Amino acid sequence: MGDREREMVTDPLLMEKQEWKKRQRRHRLKQILTISSPIFILLLWEVLSRTGLIDARFFPPPTEIIGTFWAMGMSGELFGHIGISLFRIFAGFLLGVIPAIVIGLLMGLYSPVRHFLSPLIMAIMPIPTLALLPIIIILFGVGEVSKIVTIAGSVFFPVVINTVAGVINIDRIYLDVAKNYGADSKRFFYKIALPGSLPVMLEGIQMGQAIALLTIVAAEMMGANSGIGYLIWTSYKAFLLKEMYVGLVLISFFGYLFSLLLRGLQAKLLPWR
Amino acid sequence: MDPKISIQNLTKVFYKKESRVTALDGITLDIKDGEFICLVGPSGCGKTTLLRILADLEKPSAGSFTIAQGKEDRPLQSMVFQERGVIPWLTVEGNVSFGLKMRHLPKNTVKERTDYYLEKVGLDRFAKLYPKELSGGMKQRVSIARAFANDPEILLMDEPFAALDEQNKFILQEELLNIWSETKKTVLFITHSIDEALLLSDRILLMSAQPGRIVGEKRIDLPRPRNMEEVRADPLMAEHFVDIWTHLQDEVQRSRI
Repeated sequence: MGDREREMVTDPLLMEKQEWKKRQRRHRLKQILTISSPIFILLLWEVLSRTGLIDARFFPPPTEIIGTFWAMGMSGELFGHIGISLFRIFAGFLLGVIPAIVIGLLMGLYSPVRHFLSPLIMAIMPIPTLALLPIIIILFGVGEVSKIVTIAGSVFFPVVINTVAGVINIDRIYLDVAKNYGADSKRFFYKIALPGSLPVMLEGIQMGQAIALLTIVAAEMMGANSGIGYLIWTSYKAFLLKEMYVGLVLISFFGYLFSLLLRGLQAKLLPWR
Repeated sequence: MDPKISIQNLTKVFYKKESRVTALDGITLDIKDGEFICLVGPSGCGKTTLLRILADLEKPSAGSFTIAQGKEDRPLQSMVFQERGVIPWLTVEGNVSFGLKMRHLPKNTVKERTDYYLEKVGLDRFAKLYPKELSGGMKQRVSIARAFANDPEILLMDEPFAALDEQNKFILQEELLNIWSETKKTVLFITHSIDEALLLSDRILLMSAQPGRIVGEKRIDLPRPRNMEEVRADPLMAEHFVDIWTHLQDEVQRSRI
């Protein structure tokens, strides 16, 4: 007992150092857990597939999918599909986001505009854009434009709704401050309305990004002869499941990548949060 | 001498389908140039409504008021809002210069006045920070600096220190008096703290509970500069304190019945 007492009295620093190390260890454990779940699933998949416990025709082992990915990449075929899909996503994304922000800000700032447009938006929003694909194809043909418009259509709604919400939920007191200090409408827009609505608007853009990926695959499955969605669909029909999995993995990869990019953009644009 | 602020028969009724509430009932009031006035009354007595009308954030239902324009290019009034009124997406500097920028003043004037008041409230080192990194007391300094930097004819303050802890409150009250004594601006200050009113005011106006009327006033002749110890030690102030306290108690009782 004597020893223990002395240790605690003489070495508070050592004590805290041990505590700190313990916390670090716990933190590292959490990080490992986060990485381990996908690795665990892939390993399980590999083992089950190789041992024939699951049907390797439907669930080819991941290592073979990687091999296929490599082969497709080497032949250059893959990059064509990725390139065209990314082009459609970016073009559709911009075509949806830009008008959504403009209309959303107008609706948020001017209540007559809001009251006039919101029933239209509420009525059109629940219709899946893909269900409108026939109409879009009639209007814009079977080329690139109709795919871009399809994506734009589905990106538009979450962004416009969040932009409106962002503007009208700005705390009243900031409006009072702006009025009391004599802000004209231009300065009110740049100093209060735009920065105040930005956080919620960016959440909408993040959602729009996810929807753009969902839509591109479906749109390319229905009327295209290139792109990641097309690759998935034709591979499936030809029973080339490894190729199909390559397509799925690509979608998952780009979804993750875009989320990260947008999070980074968010941190840049909202240093005050 | 003409009064700085002259209020005639100001009345405000809030009208809804089922209810009408008379928040202010025939307020008539003159405030001299350079006077520091505290408005004290039970909560819901319309103090804030009166201030918001003077701040041009609300329209009176009847009556009128004038604020005398001294220098041509000065804004008539600026408000010191509560802590929440500091705009989170502007830096400390951006908040303090807000009014000046809104008035399209030349860049170097904006910079000069912003820097002056940042230094005055001791925030010069924090100029580039965002409000989220500031304590409540520091945020309130931003709010005060913003109003003084705007150099208005009169200053309106809506319980600026209500959310602060005691120590910070004392410090900020004395700082406010320091800055104020330099500029000698006319101030209309709302508070429900009697100590605060005694420390700050030249004159304390007592308001009744709904409908809000001005039912009494107290002149505070304690020499300046003052501090809280002097206010607490002065027997006359102690008497004032009890008077105001009793008035508030009565009003609260009356509004309950």
